[in-house]
Amino acid sequence: MSLWQSFLEAIGSLSANKTRSSLTMLGIMIGVGAVIALMGLGEGTQASITGEIESIGTNVLFVSSGGEADNPEALTIRDAQVIADPSLAPSVKNVAPVLQGKVEVSIPGESTSTSLVAITPEYHLVQSADVAQGLPITDDQLENYASIVLLGTDVAEELFNRTTDLIGEKVRLNGQVFTVSGVLEEQGAAGFGSSGDNQVLVPLTTAQMRLLKRASSDEVDLIYIQANNAEGVPAAEEEVAQILRSRHRSTLGEDDFEITTTQSIVDMAETITNTLTLFLGAIAGVSLLVGGIGIMNIMLVTVTERTKEIGLRKAMGARKRDVLSQFLVESSLLSLGGGLIGIMLGFGIAIMVGRLISIDAVITVEVVLLATLFSAAIGLFFGLYPANRAASLEPVEALRSE
Amino acid sequence: MSEWVVDARDLTKVYQMGDVEVHALRGLSMLIEPGEIVAIMGPSGSGKSTLMNMLGCLDSPTSGEYYLDGERVAGMVDDQLADIRNRKVGFVFQGFNLLPRSSALANVELPLRYSSTNGRSRRGMARSALEVVGLGDRMNHRPNELSGGEQQRVAIARAIVNEPSIVMADEPTGNLDTKSGDEIMELLLSLNHDQGTTLIVVTHDPEIAAHTGRVVNIRDGRVVMENNL
Ligand SMILES: Nc1ncnc2c1ncn2[C@@H]1O[C@H](COP(=O)(O)OP(=O)(O)O)[C@@H](O)[C@H]1O
Ligand SMILES: [Mg+2]
Repeated sequence: MSLWQSFLEAIGSLSANKTRSSLTMLGIMIGVGAVIALMGLGEGTQASITGEIESIGTNVLFVSSGGEADNPEALTIRDAQVIADPSLAPSVKNVAPVLQGKVEVSIPGESTSTSLVAITPEYHLVQSADVAQGLPITDDQLENYASIVLLGTDVAEELFNRTTDLIGEKVRLNGQVFTVSGVLEEQGAAGFGSSGDNQVLVPLTTAQMRLLKRASSDEVDLIYIQANNAEGVPAAEEEVAQILRSRHRSTLGEDDFEITTTQSIVDMAETITNTLTLFLGAIAGVSLLVGGIGIMNIMLVTVTERTKEIGLRKAMGARKRDVLSQFLVESSLLSLGGGLIGIMLGFGIAIMVGRLISIDAVITVEVVLLATLFSAAIGLFFGLYPANRAASLEPVEALRSE
Repeated sequence: MSEWVVDARDLTKVYQMGDVEVHALRGLSMLIEPGEIVAIMGPSGSGKSTLMNMLGCLDSPTSGEYYLDGERVAGMVDDQLADIRNRKVGFVFQGFNLLPRSSALANVELPLRYSSTNGRSRRGMARSALEVVGLGDRMNHRPNELSGGEQQRVAIARAIVNEPSIVMADEPTGNLDTKSGDEIMELLLSLNHDQGTTLIVVTHDPEIAAHTGRVVNIRDGRVVMENNL
C-alpha cells in the first residue's frame, strides 16, 4: 500500500476517535510547546544580555586585585601609570584607575545613600560618563584635591527634585562639603549591576584623602583600560598582565590580579543562560517522554481493538510491512499533529511572556524544524512496539478475535 | 492455468494446546478443477475451517503438500503467503468482516490496495465487481446503511475483485436469514455459472449443498465421503 493511502487511512481512523486522538496529541503538544517557549525565551534573554553588555563597549577591560594568589598586592596609581606607557603597552589607549564605595550624600533636609566612584579625567573617555551640564573632572581638580562632585541624575532627583540648574549647589558627602560641578547624562536602566544614574563622581585624589581611605595612599580598587579597538583587546590583556606580573613580582606564582573583558562577561552570561535553557529544556523534554508513552499506550489499545480488522487486511494480502506502516503512520500523525500545534502554542507563549518581561523571544527556523522532526520521531519510536505487535499477528488468530 | 486449482495431498494440522496435541486435519487430500464448485460439510469441530485456512493460504499445514494454481504453498514465508492470498484467493466470511467506516466501494477496493493496481483501475474494478453482485446503486453506502444480505454481497464483490483462482466461503449464510441466505447462495452459484469462478463453500445446509456439483464430507480431519452430483 502506498504511503499516501496509509496517510488517508490513518486520517480516517484518527478522526473516527476524535476525543481520544486529541487527548493523546495534548501530551506532545504541551511538551513541544514548553520546549519551544523555553528555547525562544532563553535565546531572547541571551540576545538581550549580550546586547546590553556590548553596549558598554567591546574594547574595554578592567583589572581588579585578587586572582588566584593568597596575598594579593593591591593595585596602585603607579600600576596605572605604567600601563598607560605606550612603549610598554602599545595596544592600550586610555587608562582610568578608580576607587569605589558607598557614600551618604545630603543637603539640609534630604539625604541619600549612593555609589561613589573616584576618578581621573580619563574615566570620562573609558566609561559612558558624559556630563550633561557642567564640566567633566579635570587634571587641575585632580592635582588640587578639589572638593567638587558630579551627580548622577537619580541622585540629583532624589536631593533636589530636578536635574538642571544645579551647578554651584553645595552637598555633603559623608558630612564634608562639596560643590556640584555638573550632572551626568541620564543612562537609563542598565539591566543589571548598579545603575549609572545612581552614583556620584569625585576626583580620585580627593577621595583618597578624605572619603575612601585605603591601606596605602596610592591604592586603587579598579583600573579601567580601553584598548585601541575591539580586535586589540586580547593583545592589551596580555600586555597588562605582563606589566602587572613583573611589577607585582608574581611571574612565577599565581597572578594576584584579575583581568575582565567585556567578551568574558558575555561568555559567562551565555554559559549561564545556556545552562538554564538546557535545564528547563530537559524538564520540558520529560513531558515529551510522557507524551510519547501516552501515544504508545493509545496505539496498543488501538491495535487490540482492531485485531479483527488487521486479520482481515492480512487475509486480503496485507504484508507485515503494510500493517507496520499503517500503524506507524497513525502514531507519527498523532505526535506530528500534536507537535505542530505545540510549536504554535509555544510561539504564542514565548511572545506573550516575552512581552511581559520585555524580552524579544527568538524562535529560529532551526528550532521549529528540529521540533517538527523530533515530534515525528517520537511518534515513530513509541509507535514501533504497538505497530510491530499488529504486524506480527497471525491472520487466523486475528480473524477469530472479537 | 494449471490442471488443478487445488492440489492438496495428505495435509495434517496439529495444534499444540499446552501438553495436548489437537489433530485438526489427519491426512486430507483434495483435488479441485478450475470452474468447480465444492461444498464442504461435516459436524462442528471436524476441521472444515482449518481446511479452509490451509487452502486459503492463511495458515501453513503441519505436513503435506499443497499446490494452489500450480504454485507450491507449503514452505512459503508470511509475506509470500500474503502475496499469494492477494493474487489467487478471495474470502467470504460468515461475519462479513467489512471495514465499518468505509463505503462499499472502498471495502471492495481493499484487496487491490495491497496489490500494484493503480488508483484509477482500482476504482473501476471495484465498481464492476459491485455491479456484478447487484449493488451498482449502493457503492457509497457504509456497511451500517446496508442489510445483512447486502453486506455479504459487498464481501463477495471484495472476494472476486482481484479475479482470484478460487473463492473460499466459510459458512457465508450462517449470519443471514433464510431468504437472504438463499439469495447469497444463488449469487455464488451464478458467479460460478456465469464467470467460471472456482468456489469452495462450507455449509451445514444439505439443501445448499445439493445445488453444488460436488459435496465433500469431513469428519475428524478426514474426508469420509464424496458425492459427485
Ligand atoms: N487455533 C487452534 N488451536 C487449537 N485448536 C484448534 C485451533 N483451531 C481449531 N482447533 C481445533 O481443531 C479442530 C477443528 O476445528 P475447526 O476447523 O474450526 O472445525 P469446524 O470449522 O469444522 O467446526 C477442533 O477440535 C478445534 O477445537
Ligand atoms: Mg468452522
